[in-house]
Amino acid sequence: MAIDFSQETKSGSSGAAAHKSSIFQPSIITGMVGGGLGFLFGHWAGNAIGGGYQQVVGSGQNDIAIVLGYLFAVVGWFAGLGALNYPLKKMLGFEPENVEHISEPGWGKYFRYTTDHKVVGVQYLFGMLVYFFTAGLLALAIRTELLSPTHHIWGPDTYLEIVGEHGTMMMMMMTSVVLGPFGNYVIPLMIGSKKVAFPRLEAASFWFTPISYFILLSALWQGGFQSGWTSYAPLSVQQGVGQDGYIFGFGLQGLSMICAGTNIVVTIINYRAPGMTWGRLNVMGWSMVSLGFTMILSVPVLIDGLYVLTLDRTAQTSLLYGAHGGSSFLWENLFWFFGHPEVYLLAIPGFGMVAEIVPVFARKPVFGYKTAAAGMIGLAILSFFVWQHHLFQSGMNPDMRPLFMLTTELISIPTGFIYLVGMGTLWRARIRLTVPMLFMLGVYFNFLFGGVTGVYVSDVPINVTVHGSFFVMAHFHYTIMGGVIFAFFGAIYYYTPLVTGYQLSEKLGKIHFWSMIIAFNSTFLPLFAVGLLGQPRRVFEYAARLQTLNDWVSISSYVLGLSLTFFVVTWMWQIVVTRKKSVRDPWSSRSLEWHVDSYPPPPYNFETIPVVVAGPYEYADPDALPMADIVVANAGRDVARESVR
Amino acid sequence: MAKFVLEDSRSEEAGRSALVKILSVWIVVSIIGMALVWFVLGPHLAPGTMTDQAQGAQFDIKFVSTLVVPVLLFVWFFFGYSIMKWRVRPGEDGTLPAANISGNSKAQGAWYIITTTLVLGLAAFGTYFLIAPAGAGGGEGASPIWTPGTTKLLQVQVIAQQWRFTYRWPQFGGMETTGIELPVNTEIQFNVTSLDVIHDFWAYQLGVKADANPDYNNVAFTKTLATGNFTVRCDELCGIWHGAMFNYGKVVSQQQFEQWATNMEQQNAPVTKLLPKYSLTYTPSYSGAGGGYYNTNVDPNANL
Repeated sequence: MAIDFSQETKSGSSGAAAHKSSIFQPSIITGMVGGGLGFLFGHWAGNAIGGGYQQVVGSGQNDIAIVLGYLFAVVGWFAGLGALNYPLKKMLGFEPENVEHISEPGWGKYFRYTTDHKVVGVQYLFGMLVYFFTAGLLALAIRTELLSPTHHIWGPDTYLEIVGEHGTMMMMMMTSVVLGPFGNYVIPLMIGSKKVAFPRLEAASFWFTPISYFILLSALWQGGFQSGWTSYAPLSVQQGVGQDGYIFGFGLQGLSMICAGTNIVVTIINYRAPGMTWGRLNVMGWSMVSLGFTMILSVPVLIDGLYVLTLDRTAQTSLLYGAHGGSSFLWENLFWFFGHPEVYLLAIPGFGMVAEIVPVFARKPVFGYKTAAAGMIGLAILSFFVWQHHLFQSGMNPDMRPLFMLTTELISIPTGFIYLVGMGTLWRARIRLTVPMLFMLGVYFNFLFGGVTGVYVSDVPINVTVHGSFFVMAHFHYTIMGGVIFAFFGAIYYYTPLVTGYQLSEKLGKIHFWSMIIAFNSTFLPLFAVGLLGQPRRVFEYAARLQTLNDWVSISSYVLGLSLTFFVVTWMWQIVVTRKKSVRDPWSSRSLEWHVDSYPPPPYNFETIPVVVAGPYEYADPDALPMADIVVANAGRDVARESVR
Repeated sequence: MAKFVLEDSRSEEAGRSALVKILSVWIVVSIIGMALVWFVLGPHLAPGTMTDQAQGAQFDIKFVSTLVVPVLLFVWFFFGYSIMKWRVRPGEDGTLPAANISGNSKAQGAWYIITTTLVLGLAAFGTYFLIAPAGAGGGEGASPIWTPGTTKLLQVQVIAQQWRFTYRWPQFGGMETTGIELPVNTEIQFNVTSLDVIHDFWAYQLGVKADANPDYNNVAFTKTLATGNFTVRCDELCGIWHGAMFNYGKVVSQQQFEQWATNMEQQNAPVTKLLPKYSLTYTPSYSGAGGGYYNTNVDPNANL
């Protein structure tokens, strides 16, 4: 695919074609119709092909029908969305309309396959909130079951279905929680570009996610999968057709990550404005490059593993069966070769967001800019060399253990860089404790627990006690929820004025922050003790002596749920009902994204490509030039700057 | 335009004075915190002292927890002091410049050296305490490389299946028991395998954890030091009754163990005759329920 370096904008007659409003115009509705028809066709074909197979007749379970159903549902979904029109016409030698929806008024564009990076960013934002809250509700269902060690709300099968859905949805969807909404929306603005390198890939990356979400949820109606998000074989081979939902949902999210990663990496490399050297690139840009490369290199291994699992479940291969020449260790290795970089796919953008926002509210340069970039690149590289620490007790070749213990502990060094950057940036700073800043400081506070407990789990002798226990569960919730999810909410508060044009209430935001951070720590801190005291993960029954701690955790989780509900209600209220207009550059940021003509930014972002003449973090230099020579067409409209404290 | 002048509170001198204060308080509080963790919390930490491996794990957890104290405190004090001292007060213009520091080679260099030293030290520490107590109680696979310095080992085979553990005793006629008792002051070799999916044998108080894989023997060692009860739980998700896959065991005196084992051998003799020959692995059943282990005439995977 050739990259369009010209950055020409195409809003002429072809763009106008997109404005025709019709129920037949491709949208999410036609996508759903296409998906439904595709599923029915695939299911029929699967029954026609595999209905007579011995294992299908014997068990009454036809995975081939489900897998083909999902496969054609995806084809139908994208056909219905109109995503295939452009490439098919090109392949057939026609000159297709360039339907970009760039300047289309109204809400319709948010429900369509669009090549406008800002629309895709907003689609991602709402998508991610839906996925996060769905998986969050499942977490509350888990905690409700664990209120009692012996009395049950759910059956053991339903409980494990909920556990599997929660884990899989969180781990697969939240990889894009920063890249999706903010990477796609902000990065082109931040680097002074009018567009992204691969707008159709970017759009595809988003539209993979809703169908992935629906397919994963559909597993619940198919009996679910009781194998968790790790889905170790042969348990995952033994499962019913709900497991196919896991495979397909995860696989589609993998494709989404590859598309998103490719687009963001190429965009940053090729679409930086003149003067936007690597040394002036925002730290968030560095995090996105590190993230994108990690996605591109790790996700194919997951897809390979899922393919192997699908073959074992449908074509009756035995790649994951020891007795027939395969090995259950194959899945464990393929899965974790992706699975550990996956953890950093979650952490790195969170760090990028933190390092991006803290200087704005500290009025100082990023301390150790190169150290910050090196920290994120170091995390990305090292993340490929640690996967076997998940398998310390698995029985794999033991002489690799010291090596994997060393590589895992080495990760503390680039992680430490991120803390050094934060501490240095706050030193002798002018700290404005705004809501976004509080969330970023919250990331530092929470991640510290996740980081130091990482030393416990990476130490093989200690791992014997904590592996597979609630200690590990608390550890990764501190790194992921305490890290990237706090960064995500902070970024929502930070970028809402840019994306919507409306300013959010500091008071409501602070209520949300304080209730969330207290409830979060109250939920997850005791789980370290629960794990150390011997409670394994994913159990519906536990020792009676641990009930008090578990009840404390469950009640805290409800408070956490209330805090997040408070956010949704107040945030939606402010952007839909009260709609208080934002002043220009409300945070007094130097970064390019805030110096566009209007909020939300106009189509194609900049009237002319800016020429960057200074760095984004020269807050402490009173004589610093603005970052670029941006021509603001209607400057003066809202120029009465109000510093937000 | 008047030249901007940074306030005294954000000057280099103020920074130096702040650093001295932070470090002074940090050193004192860290020493107190480390002592509390080492001497007060340490002896109560998991997983206890019932075996050599459990004792080793407890020591490791105590050591790392003690080291974590100054790390946590340093970051907390640094962040806390900075926020308290240099936050924008009401009425102050929060958009004015602060100290123009984009790096400090000495501070950065010191940070790199200290974190790298700490990390390498922890890796060396972990490696030593992995090797010295014969694999630290973790599953070492079929060919363990860190073994106890004796050949006098009590062999216990742990057979996991959906959803129970049973134990075979090759030194007691290959009998199979549903419970487990172990003699005190004895080196034990667990041979852990599965008849269906992946499980994990987690004997919490023994400091032992090893995955039970189908078609595979996973060896873990422990040396019992004290009598008492221990809990066995499955620690890898293995299907719907995973949460109910647990039982209890005892470490007893050698005499009591001999008596128990002899009784069990006699009591189980009719069953032992029907069991497959003792082996380090058995043909697993991927369709569940123990498969061919209990009825060797049936192909356990016929319905797959």
